[in-house]
Amino acid sequence: MEKFINFSSKVMPLDSANVDTDQIIPKQFLKRIERTGFGEFLFFDWRFNDDGSPNENFILNKNEYKGSKILLAQDNFGCGSSREHAPWALRDYGFKVIISTSFADIFYNNSFKNGILPIVVDSKLLNNFFKFSIHDSSYKLYIDLDNQKIKDLNNEYYFELDPFRKKCLLEGLDDIALTMIHSDKIDIFEKQYFRST
Amino acid sequence: MRKKTIFDKIWDKHLVHEEEGKPTLLYIDLHLIHEVTSPQAFEGLRESKRIVRKPDLTFATMDHNVPTINRHNIDDPISAQQIDTLVKNCEQFGIKLFDLNSPYQGIVHVIGPEQGLTKPGMTIVCGDSHTSTHGAFGSLAFGIGTSEVEHVLATQCLWQVKPKTFEVKVDGKRPKGVTAKDIILSIIGDIGTAGANGHVIEYRGEAISSLSMEQRMTICNMSIEGGARAGMISPDEITFEYLRNKPNMENIDNEIVEWKKLKSDNDAVFDRSLKLDASKMSPQVSWGTSPGMVSGINNKIPNPKNIEDPVKRKSVEDALIYMGIKADMSITDIKLDTVFIGSCTNSRIEDLVAASKIFKGNKVANNINAIVVPGSQLVKYQAEKLGLDKIFKDAGCEWRESGCSMCLAMNPDKLSPGERCASTSNRNFEGRQGKGGRTHLVSPIMAAAAAISGRFIDVREYDIDWEDY
Repeated sequence: MEKFINFSSKVMPLDSANVDTDQIIPKQFLKRIERTGFGEFLFFDWRFNDDGSPNENFILNKNEYKGSKILLAQDNFGCGSSREHAPWALRDYGFKVIISTSFADIFYNNSFKNGILPIVVDSKLLNNFFKFSIHDSSYKLYIDLDNQKIKDLNNEYYFELDPFRKKCLLEGLDDIALTMIHSDKIDIFEKQYFRST
Repeated sequence: MRKKTIFDKIWDKHLVHEEEGKPTLLYIDLHLIHEVTSPQAFEGLRESKRIVRKPDLTFATMDHNVPTINRHNIDDPISAQQIDTLVKNCEQFGIKLFDLNSPYQGIVHVIGPEQGLTKPGMTIVCGDSHTSTHGAFGSLAFGIGTSEVEHVLATQCLWQVKPKTFEVKVDGKRPKGVTAKDIILSIIGDIGTAGANGHVIEYRGEAISSLSMEQRMTICNMSIEGGARAGMISPDEITFEYLRNKPNMENIDNEIVEWKKLKSDNDAVFDRSLKLDASKMSPQVSWGTSPGMVSGINNKIPNPKNIEDPVKRKSVEDALIYMGIKADMSITDIKLDTVFIGSCTNSRIEDLVAASKIFKGNKVANNINAIVVPGSQLVKYQAEKLGLDKIFKDAGCEWRESGCSMCLAMNPDKLSPGERCASTSNRNFEGRQGKGGRTHLVSPIMAAAAAISGRFIDVREYDIDWEDY
């Protein structure tokens, strides 16, 4: 996994709550057996009209927000299925950070495994980010993972993050390699466990 | 000593490694896999030259993608490739596969319990969010992503941040016509779709312990729709009796001694608690685009004008537009095009028996296309032995082969834009059953009654002996 590097970016405000993984990446794209190439299908049913033309009203298609690496969404982002295709599609499209008031558990986990940082903020702050970015599409946020801060020109906001997950993102650590360090413990566990059951 | 919940007991027994400030390494007893979320995991193993640590604890089936008619002819080449990839991966890594030729093939969460793979006290994972189904047996079962599938294949362990516990106690006796599906929809309607985020739910109370195993599976299945990591129910005599007839139960009497310890201590403390009364519940119908948007059959569609919170109000406004229904209309005025009985939520033999009682001697309305999709080939065989297929077909339903089918519409079974479906599945998200399709979640008996009337009706108008359903 690539290391997470602090960055500054425009912010894309997706003003919907309970955005489920069926919206993030619809089922017809789950048949592929690769991990990459999902970006072009991100939010497919919202992004494209029935005739395949872009839906001009959808935020991803608005020129002034193109290139944003930060996605804002209302409460409970990523609910629904366990499909890791959802963070694959977000990453592939170019998002590195998603800011919301809460995330569904499996999506939250899956994001970290793919170098995406989901940030939980309170609703007042989220509404401010929405207000600023809707008002001014050039509004930028700086994401400082080391210090767990979101900064704009005037303010900085601290966010909570599990220290282990932070370390994995910053160092781009591979989970399986980490676990292999403990393989002797798995051996010992199995010996005792299968003797007793 | 600290009093423990059933969740704590299972968690503690599977601890491989823990360190302050880090997730815990947990041992996994059973890993179920299917064609959609596993190919990239196997590819990852090959790239890193890793092997499957415990092929004997890993079982595979094909369910999401498979056609329910002419199942051996998969027209879509990408679907066919995904199926074929699973076959090759299972061969290469030595994993038992219930393929399309197996009499035991079916939806992964139906066949686990059927094959005696699911047992109380286990940790069970699968790359599918409805893995919570297996919690009905008093196991800790949850869905994982593909990176985690790869991790479990390689190590038989998983890093987990310890979730909080949430007691949902449903007291009282449920009225006739109010099924397990109505109980879980009522719970989700109460707590909301993010209501149990970060928690494992333990369902308790008279209305839960009186349920059969298959109905308990329906309850636990939809835990994820309330945001829960997992849902579980303590095993009891009903669980043990159900398991007795299953394969892999040679040692069951000794195992029962251990399984009896799998209950929360009397004064164990949960992080959260909720009490509901089943005697006040009615048959439920979802009206919106998230499973929390649900209401009793005799209620009206909510009016966004009465919702104060702007985010919630916008969600309801968007949902009503998508669903093509109006605020304040009666649910019984909603006319339907399609009825789907199936999915890992409601496709087991008790579900089909109950639905058949409604269909018997009746005809599906002219405007309705009704399909019944058994959860597994074994359920199909049982149903046909009972003559249920004939009842369904006589009523005008299509009787299909097993699979996930129209629950997520990855196979050819899907809704057209604007088509409205009463579905026994678990998700009513936009486009879930086909782009532009409109899904209303209901129980199998409510779905059957809707098929006959062509619109939603209160199933309690039927004077039928449901027995324990």
